This record gives sequence, C-alpha cells and structure tokens, in this order.
Amino acid sequence: MEVLEAVDKAYGDGHAASLERKAEFIKIVRSLFKSKAALAGLFILSAVIFSALLAPYLAPYDPTVQDINNRLKPPAWDPKGSWAHLLGTDHLGRDILSRLIYGSRISLIVGLSAVLVSGTLGILIGLLAGYYGKWLDDIFMRVVDIQLAFPFILLAIAVVAVLGPSLRNIIIVLGVTGWVVYARVIRAEVLSAREAEFIQAIHALGGGTLRILFRHLLPNVVSPGIVIATLEVARMIILESALSFLGLGVQPPTPTWGGMLSDGRQYIYNAWWLATFPGLAIMLTVLGINLLGDWIRDLLDPKLEI
Amino acid sequence: MMRKHLISRFFQTLVVLLGVSMVTFAILHLTGDPAALLLPLDATAEDIAKLRHEMGFDDPLIVQYGRFLKGALRGDFGLSFRHNEPALQLVLDRMPATLELTVAAMLISISVAVPVGILSSLKRNSLLDHAGMVFALLGQSMPVFWLGIMLILVFGVKLHLLPSFGKGGIEHLILPALTLGMFTMARIARLTRSGMLEILGLEYIRTAQAKGVPPRSVILRHALKNAAIPIITIIGLEMGTLLGGAVITETIFAWPGVGRLTIQAIYNRDFPVVQAAVFTLACIFVLINFVVDVLYTYLDPRVRYE
Repeated sequence: MEVLEAVDKAYGDGHAASLERKAEFIKIVRSLFKSKAALAGLFILSAVIFSALLAPYLAPYDPTVQDINNRLKPPAWDPKGSWAHLLGTDHLGRDILSRLIYGSRISLIVGLSAVLVSGTLGILIGLLAGYYGKWLDDIFMRVVDIQLAFPFILLAIAVVAVLGPSLRNIIIVLGVTGWVVYARVIRAEVLSAREAEFIQAIHALGGGTLRILFRHLLPNVVSPGIVIATLEVARMIILESALSFLGLGVQPPTPTWGGMLSDGRQYIYNAWWLATFPGLAIMLTVLGINLLGDWIRDLLDPKLEI
Repeated sequence: MMRKHLISRFFQTLVVLLGVSMVTFAILHLTGDPAALLLPLDATAEDIAKLRHEMGFDDPLIVQYGRFLKGALRGDFGLSFRHNEPALQLVLDRMPATLELTVAAMLISISVAVPVGILSSLKRNSLLDHAGMVFALLGQSMPVFWLGIMLILVFGVKLHLLPSFGKGGIEHLILPALTLGMFTMARIARLTRSGMLEILGLEYIRTAQAKGVPPRSVILRHALKNAAIPIITIIGLEMGTLLGGAVITETIFAWPGVGRLTIQAIYNRDFPVVQAAVFTLACIFVLINFVVDVLYTYLDPRVRYE
C-alpha cells in the first residue's frame, strides 16, 4: 500500500509494520471491551489472581490458626455471626474468608503449572506426529486412545495413591495426563499446514526440518494452543479441587478449596457455609476463565471445535 | 470400502485394549516395588522380600505382565484383599448400579439439553437464548462434587424432599443422576445450539424452506439429522466422562456402584480390585467408542473414504 510505503520512507523502515501491530492491538482491546462476557471473565480472574498474589495482605487472619472457642460461627449477615468473620469459621475455628483467599494460591499454581507441563508435552507431540506422519503418527494416536480410555479421575487417584499426595505429584499427574487435548488439535493443524506451499518452498530451498518445525509451523499452531491452554487451566483447577476433595491433593494444613469442601461436607446439616463458599469460589474462577477463553477462541480461531 | 474401514477400526481397538491392559498392569509397579505397597508401613524388609517372592514379583516384568494378561483374559484378577472374593466379581456385582446411574444421567442430560439447544438456536440472541447459554456456562463451570453437596443441602437438608444417600426407588436416583449429568447437559446444550446455527445457515435449508417444506419438518428432518452427527460423537465421548464422574458422585451419594468400590479399594490398598475396576471401565469405554465409530460411519458417508 502506498500509505505504508510513504510512512516507511518518512519515518524509517519497519515503522509501518510497528504501526500496524499497534493498530491490531487496539482493535483487540476494543473487542475485549465490547464483549461484556469477556470483561466479566477478566474481572473475576483479576480478582482471583489479585487474591493469590496479595494473600498475606488481604486475608484478615492466618488461615491455619485454630480457635476452637469460635468454631462453626455463621457468616456475618446471620444473627449468630459477627463481622469479625465475614464468611464464618470452620469446625476448627479457622476463618473461612482467609482460607478462601489462600486457597486461590494452590488452585492457580496447580492450574498454571499443569497447563505448562501438559501444553509443552502436547504441542511437541502434536508437532512431531503431524509433521512426520505415518507410523510415528499412528503410534502417538494409539497412545492417545489408550490414555483417553481411562476415566481420568481413576487414573489420577490411582497414581497419586501410589506416589503419595503432594503439590509436585499432582502437577506431574495432571501434566502427564493432560497432553492429549493439545496433541490432537495441534496435529490436525500441522497436517493441514504441512501441505502449504511455503513449507514446500522452504524444503526446496534446503531448509532443515528443525527450522521448519520451530520457525514456521510452530507460530501457526500457537493460536489454537493458546485457546486450549486457557480452557485447560479451568479444567485443571477443577481436577485439582477434585483430588483435594478426595484427600489426595495438597495436604493440610495448607488450605485448598477442594479440601475445604471435603471438610464442609460433614457439616452441611448445621453449618452450610463451610461447603458453599469454597465451591462458589471454584465455580466463579472457572467461569471467569471459561468466559475469557471463549472470547480468546472467537478472536483467534472461531472454527476450533472445543 | 466401509468394511475395510470398519476392520481397520476393529484392529485399532484391539491395540488400544492391549495398551489398556499394559497401563492397568503398570499401576502397581509405578514405585518399583509392589510388595512394599501391599504391606502395612511397619513391615520388615524380610516380610517384604517374602511377599515379593510369594506373589512372583521378582520375576522379570514381561513374565509378570504375561501372567496378568492371561489372568485378565480369563477374568481372573486375583482375590480382593479386603473381601476375599474374586476381584472381578466384586466389580461386576456393582456394575448394574453404576450403569443405572450413568444411563439416567445421560437421559436427563439429552432430554433437557437438546430441546434447549434447538430452541436457543431458533430464537437466537433472545432472552431465552441468553438465559439458556448462561445456565449452560454455569453448568460447565461448577465442580461435580459441589453440585452434589448443594443439591443435598437444598433438597435433602432444607426441604426434606429427597433422600441424600443410598440406592432405592426413583427418588434416590434423581439427585445423583442430575449431579452427574449437569456438565454433560451443559456441554450438549451448547453444542446443539452451535451445530444447529451452523446448519440452519446453510443453503440447502433455505432451499427446503423455499420449496415450502413445513418449518417443523425442516428443523427435525433436515437440520437436526445433520447436527446429530457431532452430538452423537459427543455422547460417545461423554459416556467416558460420565463413567469417571460417577466415581465422585457415587462417593457423595453413597451410591453402591463401581466408582465407590474403586475409591474405597484405593484407600484400602486393595489393588486387585483397583486393577479389575480400572480395566473393566476402560474396556467398556473403548467398546462404546467403537460402537460410536460404527454409527458414525453410517451417518456420515464421508468418513468411509478416509
């Protein structure tokens, strides 16, 4: 375009391109603000991240301090509650609000780490399977089928029961079992991109395989990868809370939302707040991520079937 | 053409089943010493060595795997440590209960989700559409175990309408089935809506309308039949999710199914039962997938030429 060339001439080479990038960025931000759902998601997620990062400053009490005299106090708006404990106390007298705030840390750490591990694994495998094809592809896809055959929860529980529950083991289990979603989609993208002319041109020019893989194919698969990663964070958070609920997550006294739910389950007959709030926290966090993830998907790759 | 495709799928399924058996076998050997797993924590080194020899754990892995596979094919997974009965028998005894729960959950999901999805797609962007999709989004964001506990809280504790645990008449089935089916319901609703929207926009629909085909026939016979393809695929996949989700739901509602049995077995370190249960569930899922594949081949002729 003449305008762009003129810009480059006046301001130096490359200036037009950087202006274009800035325009793209502004377009994206505008579209974010137009979508109320995405904004809501962003707001919720920011609140959760904020809580996790600033937990020691936000939480009114230490989440592990027990106060048996004050046990099972209802939330502040209940006549028997008090504003000292906004959301009430649990069966050991610990402040629920503080535990919720600290619990966000575990959820976010596990969610993000597990996605990092499974995403890296999955994208790598998907790239290799899609590019090399033939029997390598067949093997990988059989492995995918085999892994998908097992109800994830059972596999996770069995493995954690054998290896022992800890933060590290949970991240490993979630990461190692989560790669499948990425691999499938990335492989499909690579299969279609592989036939593109520019790939064949690079090949003809003598470009090496590694170069093709990383410099040319990888950027194309980043979009679906990001969409999947976002939605997977939500799934990982739910799975972590499920494991914690079953007692196989991060062990007490570290507060986890799933663990709080498990504790609260015994007290639903007389202390409904123990179980209700952690679950709400999980649901809102996951909702926020899903809303944001849907917006990202519509932005980057609307045809993606997730 | 179709037969060749089906035969190749059949062999792929066999490979997957073989892989399933390998993973099931491997669970016990993850830490390297199954004998240590099977004994209480204060066992002496001699006890462990003795057990290792008795159970044949000091044979090479491939020999042990062969033994396991032979046993598995005959349905012999050993005796349960807890109950002293054949492990597989314990699993099969509880399978009907789990299947009842899973089928009920699937039925509830489909009967609510499909109409909601269709209506949403027909009245796009109306209040009905938005409400339906918000509900679906929430449904996909809430953890299964929290929903179960909340339902027990509302219908069991506060309203005294429905029982909160155990198996009995249909009133015992409603809450667990609803809990189990919620996520699937949400997912199918969203997929039905997007699938219908996509197809309703296609030209052959407009042709049918121009021809004067009555609207109901257009929707049901032309649009739905094609939207059904991804929906049926999802149903097949969701059966696996349901079988897995049943684990948690059964625990919460004390439903006497395979899931609950497996979790208790894991807590009790009753590994023959764990292996029998995991293997059986995985096989069921693989078979369901195969059936879905066959159905798919009939519904979508394009698949036969892959």
